[in-house]
Amino acid sequence: MWLLKMAWRDGKASGRKLILFMASIVLGIAAVVSIQSFGENLKDNIALQSKAMMGADYKIDLDKAPTEEVLSIIDSLGGARAREIGFTSMAAFPGNDGTRLVQVRGIEGEFPFYGELETVPREAAQTYQQEGKALVDATLMRQLGLNPGDSIKIGEVTLPIAGALRSIPGSNSFFSSVAPPTVLPYSFIEETGLIQTGSRISYDYYFTTQPGTDLEQLDEVLDPRLDNLEADLDTHTSTSERLGRRYDNFGKFLNLVAFVALLLGCVGIASAINIYIKGKLKAVAVLKCLGATRKQTFMIYLLQIAGMGLLGGIIGTIAGLFLQQLFPLLLGDLLPVDIEMTFKIQIILLGILLGVFMAVLFALVPLIGTLYVSPLQALRVQTGINKKKGKAELAVLGGIFLFILLFSYWLLQDWRYSLAFVLGIVVTFAILAGIARLFMKVIRENFPTGWGFPARQSLQNLFRPQNQTLTLVLAIGVGTFLISTLYFTKDVLLAEASIDAQTDSPNMILLDVQAGQEKEVEQVIKNSGNPVLDDIPIVTMRVQNINGRTVNQMREDSTSGINRWVLNHEFRVTYRDSLTNSEVLSSGDWISQVDNTNLIPISVSDNFAEDALVSVGDRISFNVQGVVMNTEVRSIRTVDWSQMQPNFSIVFPKGVLENAPQFRVITTKVPGEAASAALQQELVRLFPNVSILDLRQIITVIEDLLNKIAWLINFMAFFSILTGIIVLLGAVRTSKFQRIKESVLLRTIGARSNQILKILALEYFYLGALGTLSGILLSLLSSQLLAWLLFDTAFVPSIFPFLVIFPAITILVMFIGLTNSISVIKSPPLEVLRKESY
Amino acid sequence: MTKILNVRNLEKSYTSGSKQLTVLHDISFNVEEKETFAIVGPSGSGKTTLLGLCAGLDRPDTGSIELCGTELSSLSEDERAVLRNQKVGFVFQDFQLLPTLTALENVAVPLELQGAKNASDVAKGLLEKVGLGGRFEHYPSQLSGGEQQRVAVARAFSNRPSILFADEPTGNLDAETGEKVIELLFDLNREAGTTLVIVTHDLDLAKMTQQILRLKGGKIIETHEQH
Repeated sequence: MWLLKMAWRDGKASGRKLILFMASIVLGIAAVVSIQSFGENLKDNIALQSKAMMGADYKIDLDKAPTEEVLSIIDSLGGARAREIGFTSMAAFPGNDGTRLVQVRGIEGEFPFYGELETVPREAAQTYQQEGKALVDATLMRQLGLNPGDSIKIGEVTLPIAGALRSIPGSNSFFSSVAPPTVLPYSFIEETGLIQTGSRISYDYYFTTQPGTDLEQLDEVLDPRLDNLEADLDTHTSTSERLGRRYDNFGKFLNLVAFVALLLGCVGIASAINIYIKGKLKAVAVLKCLGATRKQTFMIYLLQIAGMGLLGGIIGTIAGLFLQQLFPLLLGDLLPVDIEMTFKIQIILLGILLGVFMAVLFALVPLIGTLYVSPLQALRVQTGINKKKGKAELAVLGGIFLFILLFSYWLLQDWRYSLAFVLGIVVTFAILAGIARLFMKVIRENFPTGWGFPARQSLQNLFRPQNQTLTLVLAIGVGTFLISTLYFTKDVLLAEASIDAQTDSPNMILLDVQAGQEKEVEQVIKNSGNPVLDDIPIVTMRVQNINGRTVNQMREDSTSGINRWVLNHEFRVTYRDSLTNSEVLSSGDWISQVDNTNLIPISVSDNFAEDALVSVGDRISFNVQGVVMNTEVRSIRTVDWSQMQPNFSIVFPKGVLENAPQFRVITTKVPGEAASAALQQELVRLFPNVSILDLRQIITVIEDLLNKIAWLINFMAFFSILTGIIVLLGAVRTSKFQRIKESVLLRTIGARSNQILKILALEYFYLGALGTLSGILLSLLSSQLLAWLLFDTAFVPSIFPFLVIFPAITILVMFIGLTNSISVIKSPPLEVLRKESY
Repeated sequence: MTKILNVRNLEKSYTSGSKQLTVLHDISFNVEEKETFAIVGPSGSGKTTLLGLCAGLDRPDTGSIELCGTELSSLSEDERAVLRNQKVGFVFQDFQLLPTLTALENVAVPLELQGAKNASDVAKGLLEKVGLGGRFEHYPSQLSGGEQQRVAVARAFSNRPSILFADEPTGNLDAETGEKVIELLFDLNREAGTTLVIVTHDLDLAKMTQQILRLKGGKIIETHEQH
């Protein structure tokens, strides 16, 4: 009880000194809690709205027309309540110049059964089927200035538009930006004339069930049967789980960013407590003189810090819970569902406990100092290193490392990633600390004795007793490192996606060009003054057997290890006699042409080889629209899939597939938007079956997506910067009295205010510039590594961090430093000394 | 008379850089109960170190110290802390009040450590006795040097110690304030029957005590009894 009383009395009087310490905890906890809570809410909302996202309880989908067997399974389930045929196609708008690639969805039945088909006007959703009209994506209608009553032409069919489609279950926002959804009555699909070989067509059958039906069991029973028939059963829960997992990864990444903010806060905690406890050592010695035991003095400050951690945890948790409300605004339509925020008790407990735990853990190193204070220090200053203290500190540091490792494992659920993350942090901190130490050493050894007094004095200040140089450089450096890494990484990602930089790369891809059409299509392109870059033949086929084992055998063998997509996928295969610029041969020999078709030498991509467990010399038979072709893997290629051009898993040599049923992909590069629009109109008018991918438009979508993500990441990085500022403020304030004493001394012996101001400004400039520059250079290094190792691309750093971040943060450091020291300059020396000693 | 402090063959040295510095050499003396005792000597003669060792704030290299009938070398640091709390009082040259505690709280701390229920009342009484009745809630920084030292004296007597160690109690005070504090110390010594051990280089103050021990270079050069 007395311990609590002492902790409270002492803490009450030292409250001002501890406010910044608490602010570090508050910010770190707010970052972690907001992300955690948002992630949990997102997961819950996805699960809750899983039916609304699918529009049904479950569906059977396949990418070719259903066979009798599939139809009989559908019948055995009581028949589908709705069915849909979907494909992408170009749409034209009579009376309007616009053309666009759209996702056509031909629907029959009262789909959706859950969620909403949201249209403007509302009644369009109910009437479009009976009235034989279309629903067109609202954004597309706005872009092209279309109104209900206007027409849309898809293939051979022209329909009036019933209304604008605002949302429909089963369409995701990212794909919708590339190919906006357009809904037609099912009966018109055949008339479009677009259901033909080569088109990627999906067939969906939607079902509803009685409440209480075990969907998992249904999935277990039916899915293997349907798999054999190249169909798939998806329940609303499995779909939402898949979606949840996708967002989970993104959430994990943000969690790490938040965790870094928290760790930075911990640097603040450790540094603030270090100074705080140093100031208390004399009091500890006095208490020991008065008869307090080691444990009692240790506990007084431990309780104080745990109390502040608790308070910081509570405030941080509350702030985090409110902060998460901002995330849907930042992410906008990237989120798959509307999110209803709830407060979760486990997150609240996590925030509060984390506050206490981190405060205590990071305060332990300085706190241990109280155990080894001799009461004799009340009489004289005693210096000397206690060996026992060193061991205890080492144990605490080990504990800190373990905690960070376990916490990151909890966030990432993967030991390798956690270890890499923790090592990354250790290396970052070590490099920054190394830079700060090196800088100080170099300055000491090569002290610029020829400089003027203010410049020399401000440098000297970096070495004053109890200086905060290392802490400040770490705080500023880590914050800057985070922000500039985010900018550089965005550069890498955009450079990867950018096509304008790759001068010889196509920016328009024409899909589904039917055999016989290619000459005319190429002529249209050439007539428009644009080049035909590629004319790639494509033959569709499926794997029939691998090394003598049939697909069905491999499907039934749960130990085969072969990835399922290999067995189920309809491959689009090309044939040619040379490698493209996005391919490198990694093993085997490239065969460019063959004369006989007994055993065809093919080339597969490395990821296919990995997933199909094949290597050079293995045999694969393909079913090419009814004809079986036996092949042997003769080479494996590494393919750069990120190149914006058609890439292939399987490539045949010339001389085999020339007579197989095929379609073509033609690429061109069109300068400017107007020329692109004109060519697209012409192509759609002449060849309604051809789909056109305008890569420029896709890049815009990707940029938009990256910008949104970048916003969120910047938002989280902002926490790190804010925590960095808090640490900075703390460090500046803790050494303020020291500075004041020095300045007063200088003024007493005749220094002018502007000289003192200059000394202080220069000192903060050195600190700010060193921290910021180290952070930026370190991020340059890490981004370069990312570009090499992860993205395999050349990295040209943006100048932004150097032009904006460097001066901005340096000026901020100077501003904070000087505003906190202004009283030193303004008041008479004696007044300052009297005031500051209170 | 009973010996309250019995020091025998005390040696103490510190390491300064790579050198071993002997601070105290073969020190032996006794202090009787209720006696007033002064340790004098020039700066660096080892006075404060001797005081610290006698109060159990540090351990000697060799020799023995018996304080209030207990051999200090047989006690752990925490046991010595308990002994100090029950039997010893301190007055320091630079007051050493806890800056975050009010005057009243400072005086109450030794009693609170003992678990006394009436700590606050006793502390109030002592503060009134030293003339600080109206300053209970003042923090040390709001008090003058003399007032701070009076709080420190009140604190030193709060646990009714058997022996009180004072390290240059007037060293940071002007002559007039110093005299008042000394008067207070001796008054309380008489009233409570507390043994008083004072480290000082003020010979006038030393002459007020019953026994003087003179140190130079870590050795006793004279012991002098006064009547």
